[in-house]
Amino acid sequence: MLTLAQSLLPGVVEQALPIGLPGRPMLLALDGVATVFLLILFTLGTAAAVTACATPPQATARALPCFIGAMSLALLAADGFTLLLGFEAMSLASFVLVLTHPSEDTARAAKLYLGVALLAGACLVGAMALLGALPGGLDLRFAAIRAHPPEGLRAAAILALVLVGGGAKAGLVPLHVWLPPAHAAAPGHVSALMSGAMTKVALYVMLRLLLDLCGPAQPLWWGVPLIVAGAASAVLGGVRANLEPDLKSTLACSTIEHVGFIAIGLGLALCARAADLSSLAALALGGALLHAMAHGGFKGLLFLVAGAVQHETGTKLFSGLGGLIHRMPVTTAAALVGAASLAALPLTAGFAGEWTLFQAALGAPRIGGLWFQTLICVVVALMALAAGLAAAASVRLIGIAFLGRPRMPRTAAAYEVGRFARAGMIGLAAVILVLGLVPGAFLSLAAPALRALASADAPVRDFGLTVAPQAASPGYAAPAIALLLAVIAAAAFWLIRRHTAQGHRTGPAWDGGFGAAPVWLPFGDPLTQSSAASFAQPLRRILATTLLGVQEDVDMPREADPRPARITVTQYDPAERLLFAPVGRAREWLSDRADRLQFLTIRRSLMVMVTVLILFLAAIALAEQL
Amino acid sequence: MTHGVAYDLSHLLGGIILVLSFALLSQRRLDAVITLYAAQAIVLAVAASWQGWSQGVTGLYVTAAVTLAAKGVAIPSALRRIAHRLNLRRSIEPALGVFPTMVLGVAFVALAVLVVLPTTAQSQAVTREDLALALSVVLLGLLMMMTRRSALTQVIGFLSLENGLILAAISIAGLPLLVELAVAFLVLLAAIVFGVFFFRIRDRFDSLDLGHLDTVGRTHL
Repeated sequence: MLTLAQSLLPGVVEQALPIGLPGRPMLLALDGVATVFLLILFTLGTAAAVTACATPPQATARALPCFIGAMSLALLAADGFTLLLGFEAMSLASFVLVLTHPSEDTARAAKLYLGVALLAGACLVGAMALLGALPGGLDLRFAAIRAHPPEGLRAAAILALVLVGGGAKAGLVPLHVWLPPAHAAAPGHVSALMSGAMTKVALYVMLRLLLDLCGPAQPLWWGVPLIVAGAASAVLGGVRANLEPDLKSTLACSTIEHVGFIAIGLGLALCARAADLSSLAALALGGALLHAMAHGGFKGLLFLVAGAVQHETGTKLFSGLGGLIHRMPVTTAAALVGAASLAALPLTAGFAGEWTLFQAALGAPRIGGLWFQTLICVVVALMALAAGLAAAASVRLIGIAFLGRPRMPRTAAAYEVGRFARAGMIGLAAVILVLGLVPGAFLSLAAPALRALASADAPVRDFGLTVAPQAASPGYAAPAIALLLAVIAAAAFWLIRRHTAQGHRTGPAWDGGFGAAPVWLPFGDPLTQSSAASFAQPLRRILATTLLGVQEDVDMPREADPRPARITVTQYDPAERLLFAPVGRAREWLSDRADRLQFLTIRRSLMVMVTVLILFLAAIALAEQL
Repeated sequence: MTHGVAYDLSHLLGGIILVLSFALLSQRRLDAVITLYAAQAIVLAVAASWQGWSQGVTGLYVTAAVTLAAKGVAIPSALRRIAHRLNLRRSIEPALGVFPTMVLGVAFVALAVLVVLPTTAQSQAVTREDLALALSVVLLGLLMMMTRRSALTQVIGFLSLENGLILAAISIAGLPLLVELAVAFLVLLAAIVFGVFFFRIRDRFDSLDLGHLDTVGRTHL
């Protein structure tokens, strides 16, 4: 498998395009890192394009090929200009796609998204300029930058800019606020691409700039900001995924969580490489890449499912869904495959990625001293918490949306989606089932990238059938475990079939102790089954009271008042309250001030100009004196 | 010896222009302001022809002639006619008192010297001193625009500022004549536009006090 992958992958050959900046043609190159991400992009792109065949052509439909093309350009770029061009085109195309169904909410989500994308772009342009400031003048070619990696203060500035720029686009805490509304506003197949591929492109940019272009000779603390931001994203995303009132926001919040996992992997790789532990760096980076592949697959699949559900039932709110397993069996099966991966059940794609990342994190205390070991302990605990939260979120997702009874007449009358949408879902589900069963094979696809960046082989053994963190340890042999489980399951099935009575009857769905729906309520009284909010209540009270500032206000009617009691839950994202709201207020204040300049009297505006001129001259005079 | 005389005389002329700028700044009567402006332009023309002679550049004589004809004669007489037609014989009220204006003016000159002398340490002595004088004249022109209420005196402030620019241009050896001519042409255009505006403002408000314009702006808020 390894040799096959090697023979398939071409060496790094730069291809100059006939266009570009004056005298600087745009360069393309296909190396091991780009290959992994291109694989994710094209798999998802195919599924999304097939699904898009089913939807009526919209005015924004042309942006979908542009979106995929821009992402490919960013991944194939071999110079800074091409990379930024692709990255910005990707932001712009996805902004157009978010606006597919224009409404007030969509417009607000798209504006927030565009603002964050602009911030990301500005930071990355700055980082690229700092990277390209070589002794011989500005040179943005990757090969030239690799020959002169940045050092000291310049490298630290690059790290900060890439963390803000790439982190904002990938959805790392605290710049994740745009992600849930933007993903919820876009159509299903677009959300699938944004969550599965676009956040990966942002992670790729971070990987390319920090791990590749900045060179291996960076200090050990370089990975720490990534690890901390990743752990915060994992927990916050996991908690929010359990509390969101609709299907797509839940998936988007879970995207924040998994992006956090991948960022932890990248940070660990940076630290391990700085400590010259190349096999550990390869394990962490391999885990990050494997989890990027797995997450791209299963989150893309789940967003396609969410799009199908929204298309057929007209709602994405949990309060309107339920019982879809009877009406949409194929969609439900796809959702189950995706949710099993989301919950990281063994033998699924999500498990393979998270297992490898956990192995890297558990091996990480070797890297540094006491402080680093303490940090790793906390991070591993938070990762475990996040994995558990993801499992709870996927149970809630399946239990509320697909099991139980419908909560709306239209949901009860839903039909299975058309054959294009089904084909997209089935194809992606097949890919991630295979990924879950033979993760080692997919990990060996990343072998050239690991050799280039961590100078160690992929942690794979037995022709890619076993993922092995250390040569001596047993490792994770998914195919063998699957075979064993299949034999046991077959035996159990055979035994049960042999010793049970023939025939079967259908009982009422479990609905919290209530019996079948009364005859005057043909769809059942929706309030007699637990809702998404009530399902989330324990977690909300335990974890979210301080983290998200959750407030529950109970409006209890007085005696003899027939109106129902109401409970209102309000929650705020900490980043929204502590970062975005103050920045927004500062912007308002500044624009208010700037607005006043417009109405100055003629003499006052002259005075402003003269004062600025005098200050400028005084600064020059002062600089001369010093 | 010739160099010494050229040095002294160009400084003397620049100094006279600067003193005239101060006089402009403190003068309250419109007639006297226009006369002072004309005097400044004539001294500038003399300075230009002196520089033309000492640098041996024929183009500067053209500058001197244009300055004398346009700013020494034509513009002042046009301003006088405007003042006469608009009946602006009475004294004009500066927005800032004479004493604070003078203090600010002296501070501006000090700042100009502090900026120009160290930054141009490598260049010729003539150019350095003259540049400091020219920057002072420009800053005083700006100050005059700031401290006067009437549109007419603001325009004279602007024209005196432009005299400072020309003074800088003639004292730098080797600056193409085209630049000076372009500046002069721009000022001519600006003067025409200002002239038109005077009459429009006067027709509308029966006054050239720009405070009226500001109240208009406020009512449109």
